[in-house]
Amino acid sequence: MSFLALSSGPLLSNDVISFDIANLGRSFFQSTLDGLEWGAIYALVAVGYTLVYGVLRLINFAHSEVFMAGMFGQYAALMALGFTPNGNAYNEGPVMTILYLGIAMLAGMAVSCVVAVSLERVAYRPLRKRSAPPLVFLITAIGASFVLQEFVHFVLPNLTGQTLGGVNAQQPIKLVNREELFSVGDGSVSNLTLILVLSALVLTGITDIIVNRTKFGRGIRAVAQDPTTATLMGVSRERVIMLTFAIGGILAGAAALLYTLKIPNGIIFNGGFILGIKAFSAAVLGGIGNLRGALLGGLILGVAENWGQYIFGNNWKDVIAFALLVLVLMFRPTGILGEKLGRARA
Amino acid sequence: MSQPDPNQPTTSGDPLLEISNMAVAYGRIEALHGISLTVNPGELVTLIGANGAGKTTTMRAISGILPLSSGRVIFDGRDITRMKAHQRVAAGIIQAPEGRGVFPGMTVQENLDMGHYARKFDSKADYDEALERVYSLFPRLLERRKQAGGTMSGGEQQMLAIGRALMARPRLLLLDEPSMGLAPMIIQQIFRIISEINQQGTTILLVEQNAQQALSRSDRAYIMETGEVIKTGVGKELLVDPSVKEAYLGVGADSGSDTSRAAAPAAGAVAGGAAGAAERPDLRK
Repeated sequence: MSFLALSSGPLLSNDVISFDIANLGRSFFQSTLDGLEWGAIYALVAVGYTLVYGVLRLINFAHSEVFMAGMFGQYAALMALGFTPNGNAYNEGPVMTILYLGIAMLAGMAVSCVVAVSLERVAYRPLRKRSAPPLVFLITAIGASFVLQEFVHFVLPNLTGQTLGGVNAQQPIKLVNREELFSVGDGSVSNLTLILVLSALVLTGITDIIVNRTKFGRGIRAVAQDPTTATLMGVSRERVIMLTFAIGGILAGAAALLYTLKIPNGIIFNGGFILGIKAFSAAVLGGIGNLRGALLGGLILGVAENWGQYIFGNNWKDVIAFALLVLVLMFRPTGILGEKLGRARA
Repeated sequence: MSQPDPNQPTTSGDPLLEISNMAVAYGRIEALHGISLTVNPGELVTLIGANGAGKTTTMRAISGILPLSSGRVIFDGRDITRMKAHQRVAAGIIQAPEGRGVFPGMTVQENLDMGHYARKFDSKADYDEALERVYSLFPRLLERRKQAGGTMSGGEQQMLAIGRALMARPRLLLLDEPSMGLAPMIIQQIFRIISEINQQGTTILLVEQNAQQALSRSDRAYIMETGEVIKTGVGKELLVDPSVKEAYLGVGADSGSDTSRAAAPAAGAVAGGAAGAAERPDLRK
């Protein structure tokens, strides 16, 4: 019997935990594809954590709210274009769909970018000027996270005539229905799978090129590796920090659109919280401070938690993700790829 | 305590760098108590002093990464006291910092390219020319062009730090202890190259503990002690000054003998630093 019930009592009944490898076997490709979709979203958000950590040694816990702001940003843009949330997918042909997706993604990117850069200006920069200790930055990050959430929770509805924000999730505006394109084994590769995974690969690829091949990127790496010498070479640390927040915000905004394609009713004030923690875990898993680590960590985390979900049961998805993080950190504290962006100051 | 007048330029004309009564504090502790010094165009000027005398603090303040609590810094006739660090690089002041500051995760070529981050080249030809100059001064860097900076030896990293600074085509090159931690033979080589760079027309302000080498190659020198300039003069004259000899050259004031070992002066300077200012002969006479 492949099914293992740990207890027959109500506390540990079959519903609570199971151990069913065969179940994973039956749905191996489907769970992997689903994991890659999640991983794509984690990876894009993880880049923001890892870049900011690289240059500031700061875990920007408010990054999950940068992502959340992106969801509202793209939603607002679609409303401005005349879409109404009626629950049905719009179909004006593939060209228009791609156009609308592009506009929504740009709007999400723009809003997230502005929120990320403003956050840096308002919350972190004044602390740097006063050379505040790291703990103060961390507490500020958590505080900023709540401020942004509660802004969307209580203030935004009043500013927008109850159309945006508030206690409930937004009614979905669906741009794309999931449709199977072809199947691999038991799994179905849908249009959404391709959009999510390809977008993540392209965007992280572009970011990688910017950081490793351009002059801007050299400035970012210089500040990450040795901030004092970077300043002596004429790199403006403040400008690099701003740029870093901007890039992280842009990718989080892209992730926000992808997330709403996958989870159409996920647009809510606290909708970034768990996803942010997962993305942060992905960044640590891959090696925080390491750009390629963020992509790898995101994909591994996404796939692993979906596999785990099929083995142990639906409710264990989050537990798997964090247990994996703990395990990796026990045996490899620098993450899978190690810290690279700021190797100088390990 | 009265300050001796340190400004005795050996060449005429306007100085390239003029520092007057510069004071710098770390929090409440003042590290520089109002020092003044000048560097004239084309000169090689050295700052000498024991550990903690304020040499590196002076260099960092000139580069703009430490704020002045009082005093002024004039560069090329322009008051740059409040200018930001990256703007000073753009204006032509670049530093090869203490400890070299090579970016460990960048290749040699990428490190060199950091040198002109804030000083753009007008054309590809200018860039090629500058790069060729650096590679001809330091052929070793050419061999290791694609190697990560962090994997190189101390001497190679120092060459890289100087070469990187040259890529900025500096009007004033600041070198902070280029001989630190290097073998005597490498030190000789580095100093030869520093002289060569200076003779090619680059103005240099050098901080050194290796007083013997530095004084013999400089036009002028300032001697610093506990945050003040206590003596200044022509390099070669200070080399034979009895009090300087005793304090910084590891030779007794009355022995008069020349030391041929390159390591001896450095050892003497370190010992002098360890002994502290109290045991050193009074240089303010």
